[in-house]
Amino acid sequence: MQRIINWITQVYAVGVLNLRTLPRRFGSSAATIVGVAGVVTVFVAVLSIGEGFRATLQQTGSPSTALVIRTGSDTEMLSGITLMDSRVIQDAPGIARGGSGPVTSRELLVLVDVPKISTGTEANVPLRGVTPEAFAIRTNLHIIAGRNFEPGRNEIMVGAGAAREFAGLQVGSTKTWGKTNWTVVGIFTDGGSVSESEIWSDLTILQGAYNRGTLVSSVHARLSSPDEFDTFKGALVSNPRLNVKVLRETDYFSEQSIFLTKLVQNLGYLIAAMMGIGAVFGAINTMYSAVAARTREIATLRALGFGGGPVVISVIVESILLALAGGLIGGAIAYTAFNNFHTSTMNWQSFSQVAFAFRVTPMLLIQGFLYSVVIGLVGGLFPAVRAARTSVAAALREL
Amino acid sequence: MKFLPLIWSNLRRKRVRTLFTLLSILVAFLMFGYLIAVSNAFNIGVQIAGVDRLVLTNKVSIILPLPISDLERIEQVPGVTDVAHADWFGGIYQDPKNFFAQIAADPERYLRLYPEFLLPEDQKKAWMADRTGAICGKYLADRFHWKIGDRIPIMAAWQKKDGTTSWEFNLDGIYTGATPTTDTTQFIFHYKYFDESRVNGHGEVGWYIIRIAHPDQAPQIADRIDAMFANSDYETKTSTEKAFMQGFAKQVGDIGAIITAILSVVFFIILLVAGNTMMQSVRERVTELAVLKTVGFSNGLILTLVLVESLMLAAMGGLLGLGLAWLLIRRGDPTGGALPIFVMPTGSLALGMVAILLLGLATGSLPALQAMRLRVVQSLRRA
Repeated sequence: MQRIINWITQVYAVGVLNLRTLPRRFGSSAATIVGVAGVVTVFVAVLSIGEGFRATLQQTGSPSTALVIRTGSDTEMLSGITLMDSRVIQDAPGIARGGSGPVTSRELLVLVDVPKISTGTEANVPLRGVTPEAFAIRTNLHIIAGRNFEPGRNEIMVGAGAAREFAGLQVGSTKTWGKTNWTVVGIFTDGGSVSESEIWSDLTILQGAYNRGTLVSSVHARLSSPDEFDTFKGALVSNPRLNVKVLRETDYFSEQSIFLTKLVQNLGYLIAAMMGIGAVFGAINTMYSAVAARTREIATLRALGFGGGPVVISVIVESILLALAGGLIGGAIAYTAFNNFHTSTMNWQSFSQVAFAFRVTPMLLIQGFLYSVVIGLVGGLFPAVRAARTSVAAALREL
Repeated sequence: MKFLPLIWSNLRRKRVRTLFTLLSILVAFLMFGYLIAVSNAFNIGVQIAGVDRLVLTNKVSIILPLPISDLERIEQVPGVTDVAHADWFGGIYQDPKNFFAQIAADPERYLRLYPEFLLPEDQKKAWMADRTGAICGKYLADRFHWKIGDRIPIMAAWQKKDGTTSWEFNLDGIYTGATPTTDTTQFIFHYKYFDESRVNGHGEVGWYIIRIAHPDQAPQIADRIDAMFANSDYETKTSTEKAFMQGFAKQVGDIGAIITAILSVVFFIILLVAGNTMMQSVRERVTELAVLKTVGFSNGLILTLVLVESLMLAAMGGLLGLGLAWLLIRRGDPTGGALPIFVMPTGSLALGMVAILLLGLATGSLPALQAMRLRVVQSLRRA
């Protein structure tokens, strides 16, 4: 027991000595801190893109809403459901009942060209034709400016994300697509979901403008409870007259984000790995010069009787503390600079723009800190071992 | 030149320190080379676009069709030498994750418009004769291990007249690209089969590809074509293939800006690390530099020696880093499918050299100035 306490005291003594002499090695210590800060900032920033994108797509939809699209289509955009088929879908079991019958919404999704404010060039923005039932399905929807569009008129309501990222979508402005003029009458939010990147209009007007007859892209149905999903799906899939795919809304949207999220993660981890290796070399450099500058001191300590172990540990601890400091700074920079940074990009899977915000999550920050600790650990290891191994006599002789 | 041994021995003075600084510089340049390739890959569509090709889409929205009857009228526009049409099939092969471009086109026309797709004559003949035949690019064939003669089933949103949505094709040919950056990720089959079998959308195509005689006439011909279809039910938007691709690249976002930002952070850090090393190195050698000055080395020479030392360090690390980047890039797409065309752009090596030069100068200038300004007497006294 006494030996262990003794040992811990040694570690503490050497450690404090190291830290007290830190100001003398300010230059190289600062280089390590900045290096690790840079690595963590880039790591967190790049991965926060994926997190933000995923969060937006996961906010969309609830587990008690089911989405029905045509078989063989990946997305609403490529799907087409006839009026007759939608009637069959609306009569399926498991759907919640509202004041005017089953709570279902028939929706048509198309794309329109709107200039992206950040680049000035045109982008594919989703335009969704809906009926009043759509508002019964999306319970988080709030109109924050203007008013809802009136059915039967060439009016559109714009999602807050779309209004922010694309030009000319303020309340009162007019947009011309094809031969139709549309007036923006309101802006809405929907709990941060993908719907905020869309423009909404009246279904019948849109069907006319795009020559779709009575065709829609999808039917959304609110189930009486999330457990009714299997009943609902079973009824539709086994119906020989229908050719549809039934998904929970939440599953549909998380599938839509897979491609981009994976892309960002792959690139993010690759970049972070490369930067991390560079940071390790930088840390090793710092710690080697830290050890070299104090060779005589360390040798004196060892001549006095301090064990090799405490020396090694104290060097590693110093390295980890420097790296951790860098990590904390890097995390702080990433959070202040990037968290909630709004932007938009093209989701290749749905071929349309999605407005989202970078999200620096606690998980990401923790990963960043752990990463900095690892860098500190690896960076301090070899110099520490070297410091402990140098023979005392040779070290004392060194000038 | 005669001072090279002196400089070299200075670098070898603290071998460990030099080694690790070198390695840090190596990593920085490795990232430089690699990330430039990534940025390039995102915008590759723009670069491989044909200069003499125009793309014609529906003006209202890219997802709306155009009538096939437009073909004849487009062919007759002066300046137009060839026209092809294409449709985006958008089906699923086994799993939605296996996303690739499926195009229904007139085979003769499409291959004429894209001469960089090289298809052996016998495979071409087989494809022409096979109504449900298809060809695919080498990248696609390698990705799914397809061989000629395989039957490829694709589930699509397009319903066939027999009520099913499962379309089957025979793989009759595999095309290769004329250059390493040619797109070999396409799957092309007969428009005729597509149009005859589908329930909706007869006589419609997704977009037209037009070859013009003189690329500099592109704006005028584009205007002429759009004016021809103005006020019709299918108004058109014609642009050069390059501008069309650029539109997509811009939709993704400013990848170039993000990469530039990351590289700036990396270089800033490297500057600190290497600069710190150089400062330490000069500080340690104060007495020696004073001796050199006493012996007769001029201030300018001292300055040059330190700068060359720093440049050598930067050059060794930088060239190794760029070389390593080149090797890594040859391994191909790091994202597993998103960036199929992944090469080191031609200008990047030259850019790398400039970066090495700048890095060497930046990290060496302050220590070099310090060394130059040493007061001999003070420095010797410090020993």
